[in-house]
Amino acid sequence: MKKLVKMIVSTLLIGAMALSFCACAGKGGKKEGGLIKVGIINNDPNESGYRTANDRDMKATFTKENGYDPYFYYSLKNEEQIAAAQKFIQDDVDYLLISAAGTSGWDGVLEQAKKAGIKVILFDRTIDASEDLYEASIVSDMAKEGEQAVSWLASQNLSEYKIIHIQGVMGSSAQIGRSGALDTKVAAEANWTIVQQQTAEWSEETAQQITQAVIDSGESFNVIYAENDNMAKGAVAALDKANISHGVGKDVIVIGFDCNTWALEELVAGNWNYDGQCNPFQASYIDDIIKNGAKQKVVIMEEKGFDATTITKDDVTKYGI
Amino acid sequence: MTTPEPKLKTGRSVKDIFGKLFFNQLLIPLVALLFLVILNLFADPSFFKITLEKSSTGFYILSGNLISIIDNGSELAILAIGMTLVTAASGGQDISVGSAIAIAGSIVLRVIKGLSPSISGGELALYLIFAFVLCVIVSALFGAFNGALVAFFKIQPMVATLILFTAGRSIAAWINNNENISINDDRFKYFGNFLPGIPVPTPVFISAICMIVIAVVLKFTNLRLYSQAVGINSSSSRLNGINPKMIKLLTFIILGVCVAVCGFIKVSRTASITYAVIANNIEMDAILAVALGGNNLGGGKFNMTASIIGAYVIQFLTTTLFKFKVSSTAISAYKAVVVIFLIILSAPVVRRGLSNLKNKYIASRSQVKKEGV
Repeated sequence: MKKLVKMIVSTLLIGAMALSFCACAGKGGKKEGGLIKVGIINNDPNESGYRTANDRDMKATFTKENGYDPYFYYSLKNEEQIAAAQKFIQDDVDYLLISAAGTSGWDGVLEQAKKAGIKVILFDRTIDASEDLYEASIVSDMAKEGEQAVSWLASQNLSEYKIIHIQGVMGSSAQIGRSGALDTKVAAEANWTIVQQQTAEWSEETAQQITQAVIDSGESFNVIYAENDNMAKGAVAALDKANISHGVGKDVIVIGFDCNTWALEELVAGNWNYDGQCNPFQASYIDDIIKNGAKQKVVIMEEKGFDATTITKDDVTKYGI
Repeated sequence: MTTPEPKLKTGRSVKDIFGKLFFNQLLIPLVALLFLVILNLFADPSFFKITLEKSSTGFYILSGNLISIIDNGSELAILAIGMTLVTAASGGQDISVGSAIAIAGSIVLRVIKGLSPSISGGELALYLIFAFVLCVIVSALFGAFNGALVAFFKIQPMVATLILFTAGRSIAAWINNNENISINDDRFKYFGNFLPGIPVPTPVFISAICMIVIAVVLKFTNLRLYSQAVGINSSSSRLNGINPKMIKLLTFIILGVCVAVCGFIKVSRTASITYAVIANNIEMDAILAVALGGNNLGGGKFNMTASIIGAYVIQFLTTTLFKFKVSSTAISAYKAVVVIFLIILSAPVVRRGLSNLKNKYIASRSQVKKEGV
């Protein structure tokens, strides 16, 4: 008898839960005041200069004046981001904009969003989920950034390429893309060799130590391929210490990525040779998709690479982050 | 700075000295160091080559792996000083030092960043002194904050410092409005690189000064005795007239000052800062240095020299791994293997086992002698 009562009660409870869930999902649509409610889940803006510029750009675009009611959430942890996404779904936002910290684990929450009629736009980072779970994904093609830099390097026509390759945090998309391009080229060409390949985990001091270790070992090299500007700066500090010349027409070619303003100024001064852009300004693309609809699933942003011999002051102000 | 041991009155034969060293706390870090030295010696003797070359500033400087090790190990050695004291007095570790270094470095850059490169040397020195004093004060305050949580609110050190560990890098970024700063004035780089005309890297001098200061303090004050007493039994030390709360607070403040010095060196090295990764995971290396020194992480007796040598061993290991070109994906694993080995060697249980072995050996020797007679 007791068992039966228990069963009935629990069935009722489950039914109630399911009902309330349907009720939740039933809502949606435009909010009061005509503002579009967007929940923005981003990585911590302190993570890097790239992220800072990205966050600033998002905050400048998604304002009340532009017709948005924005809510921001920052975390470098995937689980926390997913929890925040669930909260945004409960809060009934119109759009969910996600720059995911990790690529997996998002399916469940995206299904929920879809059921609730919330449109999801991914920016900067892609995730491993079925394409029909999101409206569009606006990304940088890190592999293309690497390829651009490598083909620029190839165009320098050195008789021999002896490269110190300083990598970012292993497994990050920037590292995979930028390392991949170089690794492919080195494997294909006989006169390209890697003198040292090591991760500095985006840190300038570690990059400095790695470069210092190569200099101390007495091996010769003529290219520094650092996967971001800060690491290039660290490597250059080690070169300066050892009196090895670098830059346009000098002994060592220096390549960095991300286009920090100070890095572009180093290019203008001729101390570095090349800097590849990683475009952090996705907000205008997202704005366009929300207002005019998505034309394609994956939008790859245009990205430039700057050569020290052709860069102008205008480029520094326009593209520096 | 070694713990005083009863002097052997009888003749000091080589065996005695060896025996003394063998069961000294310094043994573990020294053996680890020796192990790395021998490894490098066999793999490539040129590892130890030191050259005197002209640098881009036009002065002769020393370079070579050994120089790089004592240069890059400076921050860790300085941190190990503070961490050893905190460990001894509070029986726990401060895990916020990396974040606190970010704050200290950010403050220095905040003061320096607006200056024009044409500023005169004297004026720049004033600014640098101001920047340094400011970062020492702020770091000491953050240290005091951690210390107060531990001493007065009796929160576990690791939990208390978790607060700053989490918030520190954001605070650091906030101090400079999250700007990506890069200082162009080469004179600012003196403190992380070379002073003009001096062939030894400046951080080496800075760390040497810190070591001398702490040696003098430990020699002429009761800091060692008091912090050990508090660490071993805080209530009985209180009954003996020591104020355990103040001692714990003091050790955290000292660590704060160490952090400020490290922050200053770190930002001076490349004249820039990346808030999220500056001094990344250095807290773990600092704790490791203390552990490598054979110090009990639960507090009490400590050996400062052993901790400092431990710090250089860690740097030696890092440089060795770079030298051997261990692949990027595997480098942490290699480090972990060596660390496991060293930590087990320095574990109190193993050391007790070793000293039991020694006693047995001595006992059996005397047995043999008696029988011989």
